[in-house]
Amino acid sequence: MLSQIAFWGAVELGLVFAFVAIGVFLTFRVLDFPDLTVDGSFPLGAAVAAVLITTGFNPWLAAAIAMVAGALAGLVTAFLNVRFRILNLLASILTMIALFSVNLRVMGKPNVALINADTMLSPFFGLGLREVYVRPLFVGVLVVIAVILVWRFLESDAGLAMRATGANARMARAQGVDTRRQVYLGLALSNALVALGGALFAQTNGFADVTSGVGTIVVGLAAVIIGETLFGARGILLALIGCIVGSILYRIAIQLALSTDALGLKASDLNLVTAVLVAVALILPHLRRGGARS
Amino acid sequence: MRNLILALAAATALTVPAKAQEVTVAVTAIVEHPALDAARDGVKEALAEAGYKEGENLTFLYESAQGNPGTAAQIARQFVGEEPSVIVPISTPSAQAVVSSTRDIPVVFTAVSDPLGAQLVKDMEKPGGNVTGISDMSPVADHVALIKEITPDAKSIGFIYNTAEANSVSTLAALKEEAAKAGLEVIESVATKSAEVQGATRALVGRADVLYIPTDNTIVSAFEAAVGVAEEAKLPLFAGDTDSVPRGALAALGFNYFDVGKQTGEVVVRVLKGEAPGDIPVKVAAGTDLVINKTAAEKMGVSFSDAVLSRATRVIE
Repeated sequence: MLSQIAFWGAVELGLVFAFVAIGVFLTFRVLDFPDLTVDGSFPLGAAVAAVLITTGFNPWLAAAIAMVAGALAGLVTAFLNVRFRILNLLASILTMIALFSVNLRVMGKPNVALINADTMLSPFFGLGLREVYVRPLFVGVLVVIAVILVWRFLESDAGLAMRATGANARMARAQGVDTRRQVYLGLALSNALVALGGALFAQTNGFADVTSGVGTIVVGLAAVIIGETLFGARGILLALIGCIVGSILYRIAIQLALSTDALGLKASDLNLVTAVLVAVALILPHLRRGGARS
Repeated sequence: MRNLILALAAATALTVPAKAQEVTVAVTAIVEHPALDAARDGVKEALAEAGYKEGENLTFLYESAQGNPGTAAQIARQFVGEEPSVIVPISTPSAQAVVSSTRDIPVVFTAVSDPLGAQLVKDMEKPGGNVTGISDMSPVADHVALIKEITPDAKSIGFIYNTAEANSVSTLAALKEEAAKAGLEVIESVATKSAEVQGATRALVGRADVLYIPTDNTIVSAFEAAVGVAEEAKLPLFAGDTDSVPRGALAALGFNYFDVGKQTGEVVVRVLKGEAPGDIPVKVAAGTDLVINKTAAEKMGVSFSDAVLSRATRVIE
């Protein structure tokens, strides 16, 4: 039903957004901090990387600087929340809104093109493999590296402190964990990953656009929830793998909605499809639990 | 029985050449709004005039990205995977997503104001490769002339736009240049979403003598909000696209996006007939036509001269 190009395109985009899913997992699940900053830090990563690449920076260095920019955005949200006790959701909305203006400043215009620029992927295009496969393979390798690093981190002492902060902040403080530091660290790490996703989106699709942050949080959350539904709560590594699988499945679902008339779906139904997808994923665990009880 | 089989075979043989001429044109836009939809319909009309009719020898695909560049990327891959005869992306992000997804399938973009800046082509005269198209760079100089003609006493132009839209930012730069030549001042007011359009228009009351709304997707989607304020304050409101005049603008000299679509469709037909997209120059859409609104004029305290009335291609009563 899907062509090769459409299928691998969906996988590629799913892998790019897997960075968003992992970031959202860190804030929503590990730290229990609903962070909407991602709607701004995703296009921020795209903007910073695109502008630096067009001014002649090495694309890898550009992506690294984009990650730093994302981390800074996360720190702003954490600062508003920790230092001034602004409600976490509201603090992140404030940063998100501010980032819209920041992103326009960074780019100087709403859209920066990278179609003819040398990106992180350029050296791999000439190796004989078709571009359709090179792109998901390249992003996939990066995602695997990110998952291993985040997994090792969350299993370390520092990571345990972060998980304790999210699970029960008061108890964590009683154990001598500086929970405020954990919020700073978690949000910086999360938004750095999301910004890397943005930087990769710009490089794989040839442009950074200020509107590309729209609904990032929903996509990330959908991926996390689909992953949880499939894999259950069975350890950190499986949860992280669930983020990747969830993100890819989400994109394949959209691709199917685009490709088939069989279900009677139109492009304009996409938002409804997304909402239903997330809602179903949220409802399923309840039904299972309900079934077990009766 | 044998005759029947022969007849069937003959019939099949007859239909084969017709099948060979079947073409697929895949159109995608970043979002659905009247101007972009009109461009799409124009493409279809031009194809029909050239003998490509939907349901006969034309498969016409259309997808909107609902304002989401991520979806635009998926639509681009979807289309490239289906290997249509030509892909027609409408608007800058859709065009970039398609152009970065294929180097083989012919692409004819439209409603892109700055194809060079968007890196869709390297040269307007000789694009090369698989890409050509139609630019809708706004004829700003003509707009300023029209404002001077209809409201000669105006000293300043209030410009309402969304800073996030590439087309509007480039229009603003051009407008400032042209307005300065004509001795007019430009006063900016920004709305980043449609809910802010009313406030952004109010902010110009008392500061600007006339209002000018460019082909800005955000502002145009809430055009009535701006019209309400303009009528209340008796401020003449000019629009960058003619489709906004029936919605309450005083006048507009602009593209009829249906015509822009038709011009795009004519390029698509040339490609379907075998011309290489890379050999077809990227053209700025032609056919600027003047549309005026008499009801709006009355409410905004303006009267049209006979010269304007006679030149108008369409008058809204």
